[in-house]
Amino acid sequence: MSFVIKTPADVRPSEITPERVYQTRRRFMHVIGAAGLASSVPAVALHTGWMDSKGFAPAPPSEDTVTPRGYATSFNNFYEFGTDKNDPAELGSRLTTEPWKVEVAGLVGKPGTYDIEDLLTGVDLEERIYRLRCVEAWSMVIPWIGFPLKTLLERFNPLGSAKYVAFTTLYRPEEMPGQRSYFSSIKYPYVEGLRLDEAYHPLAIMAVGMYGQVLPNQNGAPLRLVVPWKYGFKSIKSIVRIELTETRPRTTWNLTASNEYGFFANVNPTVHHPRWSQGSERRLPSSLFNGNRKVSTRMYNGYDEVAGLYAGMNLRLNY
Amino acid sequence: MLMGWDVAIEIRSPGSVFGADPAEAIVVLLGTWTIRLLLVTLSISTVARIFKRPRIVTLRRTVGLWTFVYACIHFTAYFTLLAEFSISAWLEDFSERTYITAGMAALMLLIPLAVTSTRNWQRRLGLRWRKLHTLIYPAAMAALLHVLWAAKASFLDVFIYGLALAILFGERIVVRIRRRAGRGAISR
Repeated sequence: MSFVIKTPADVRPSEITPERVYQTRRRFMHVIGAAGLASSVPAVALHTGWMDSKGFAPAPPSEDTVTPRGYATSFNNFYEFGTDKNDPAELGSRLTTEPWKVEVAGLVGKPGTYDIEDLLTGVDLEERIYRLRCVEAWSMVIPWIGFPLKTLLERFNPLGSAKYVAFTTLYRPEEMPGQRSYFSSIKYPYVEGLRLDEAYHPLAIMAVGMYGQVLPNQNGAPLRLVVPWKYGFKSIKSIVRIELTETRPRTTWNLTASNEYGFFANVNPTVHHPRWSQGSERRLPSSLFNGNRKVSTRMYNGYDEVAGLYAGMNLRLNY
Repeated sequence: MLMGWDVAIEIRSPGSVFGADPAEAIVVLLGTWTIRLLLVTLSISTVARIFKRPRIVTLRRTVGLWTFVYACIHFTAYFTLLAEFSISAWLEDFSERTYITAGMAALMLLIPLAVTSTRNWQRRLGLRWRKLHTLIYPAAMAALLHVLWAAKASFLDVFIYGLALAILFGERIVVRIRRRAGRGAISR
């Protein structure tokens, strides 16, 4: 019958949100945002336009093809909302991200609880197009908007004794159904961490947006980490707590299955995971019969500039 | 069957049905239906015994063969879409990843059952046919391990399948014990 034989799609998902559209939307929001201030539109509307008024430095063109936005916002691992890839997009809207406070604790000169707005004042946002390599052997290319993690941490005056930084995701079971699951082996809240020199690397950023807009809830709104040379699970989402510590912090996947997930979790094609070969990855979106776009996985996800952080370390043991 | 339609739509407009990673989604969906069919196959004789409807046992061959067909499509989808026709990738998975090893074992155990499913083979093997077809039990265990070891952190599916399997196994054990007791009573 004809419906089977027809040539591929007139409307591809990649065309659902072309860049031009969100560029226009941004300009539109700019105008609306200004008008909104004057006529006291509810805070929600202001928040959506908040990044537009701030603006960001666009990224230089990337050698990688950016994943169409629709895929990056509908195919997510954010187990707080469920373990299916489409759960976060379907259930993420339940999450309230306003107001949002971040507790800063541990070995810092200025501990306290900060409003996210305070954390972002005086911060220059920039766009970074990064490859995102999931431990499940798939990858995407995402244009994040954020700022170096180092600039954030330095505001709290870290003490000399601080060696690590630990992050915690929001724990709010009433809005995050995955946290209520009886059949999950993960203990919530989700925790992650970095060695301080990793956190200070210029590639490590705190993201507040992607694709020219504020972060959708399913992608870790309103504040998430992005460390592109590590497997995706290190880039913790919806952060509510940052603590500087002297000892290595516990991390969720390592606590769940320590033989499968280490503290460092650097992308490494030579160290295989018990469930996935890490030698190659499927660059998403893949399509059924046009090839799966399998690409070779590169050491540190291709970000060789971080290699110095791990000089002399046995990466087979420190996976 | 509905899936054929979904696949047709997927080919027409990629990403519309199975999301960003259709290969993985299709392989998982086929596997899900395979283990469900396997459990249905195993439950037929149980249902026949409990509701005293011996004639529905005649359905078992058909459903069992469908289970085998789904298992074969599930494997074919894995081999073509995920292993991408690479025998070395398949062998690496088979030897290094326990869930693939278990899945392959389940499929291998189903092959002799499918081959000897005809009436002709049943006659030819006689009493041995029954014995041979108890291979369905290790096959079901292997399939359950396959799902368990493939699970990352969510164990709801495994729990349900495991519970169903435990009930079906338990019922058989009870029947066997009763039968033995019954026989004992007669001989006394």
